[in-house]
Order: sequence, then C-alpha cells, then structure tokens
Amino acid sequence: MLDTVILIVFAMIGLSLLLNVWRLLVGPSVPDRILALDTMYINSIALIILYGMNMGTELYFEAALLIAMLGFVSTVAVCKYLLRGDIIE
Amino acid sequence: MTEWIISILLLIGGSFVLIGSIGLVKMPDYFMRLHGPTKATTLGMASLLTAAMVFFSTSQDALSVKEILISIFLLLTAPISAYMMIKSAIHHKLDSIERTQGKDNIEDDV
Repeated sequence: MLDTVILIVFAMIGLSLLLNVWRLLVGPSVPDRILALDTMYINSIALIILYGMNMGTELYFEAALLIAMLGFVSTVAVCKYLLRGDIIE
Repeated sequence: MTEWIISILLLIGGSFVLIGSIGLVKMPDYFMRLHGPTKATTLGMASLLTAAMVFFSTSQDALSVKEILISIFLLLTAPISAYMMIKSAIHHKLDSIERTQGKDNIEDDV
C-alpha cells in the first residue's frame, strides 16, 4: 500500500511543480517569479524526501538540507537586490 | 498500523503542497498569491517530513531526527522569505485588485 501512496504523492508534487513552472513563465512581475522559484525549491525538497523513502535510504536528507539552506539564502539575496539595488552594502 | 499512519500523513502533506501551488496559479493578485506557498506548502512539508520520520524510525529500529532539523529550518525561514518578498512587492508598487484588504496600512518605504 505504501508504494502506491508514494507514487500518488509523487504525482501530486510533480503536478504542483508544473503549476509553479506555469507561474514562473507567465508571472507578470519579478516578485511573482521569485515566489515561484521559492515554491519550486520547497517542492523539490519534498521530491528528494519521497525518493529517499522509495529507495529506503536516509542518504538524501543531507541534499535536502543543503537545498533548503541555499534556496532560502538565494531568495533573500534576490529580494535584497530588488529592494536596494545591491546585496552587500 | 504504522503503514496507515505514514500513508495518511503523506497524503495530507501532498494535498497541502498541491493546494499551495494551485493557489499560486489561481489567485488574482500578488498579495493574495503570497498566501498559498508560504502557508499551505510549509504545512504540507512539515507533514511530509513527519511521515518520513515515522517511516525511518520504524524501519531502522532507531529514532531518526534529521527530518526535524529540516522541518524546523523550513518553519523558521518561510516567514522571513515571505517578509522579504512582500517588501520587494511593496517597493515595486505592484497592482492589486479592488477587494484586497489592508492596503491602507502600507507606508511609504524608505
């Protein structure tokens, strides 16, 4: 049963990644695109964790933690650039 | 029994992530669009990580706590990035539709 549920959740998260790509391409303003990228890295963490559960290994959690940290830092850096025109003043 | 708990947590998490992304696509202006990914997706991720924690704790016969680290990190950073994004949206003076509330509270930013 668990394999079927993991497949269903894989499909759900893949669909939400496609919706985020739609917003990334269409999004009328720059903050819309930043928001779409922010959501995409969170969804990719979900994909990595599901893949780790499917394979039965804990090896992928370090990758998920790294993606979480780098995604947060890059979102804040781009927003700072939009706000001030510079990242480190 | 544990399989049922893991399956229900996974389905709840996947549904919340999907609802967040549908909100990102369907909402009419930016100030409403920000609600979906920052609230629903973070809650869905917490549920997915709890499911992973139950899965690895029962399958490996030892308590697995790395998932708590990721979910605490996500719960800490989601409000900060939402704050930075709404500040940049206010700075760019994005359009909002008529019934968006709270626009009077926006001060001129420095």
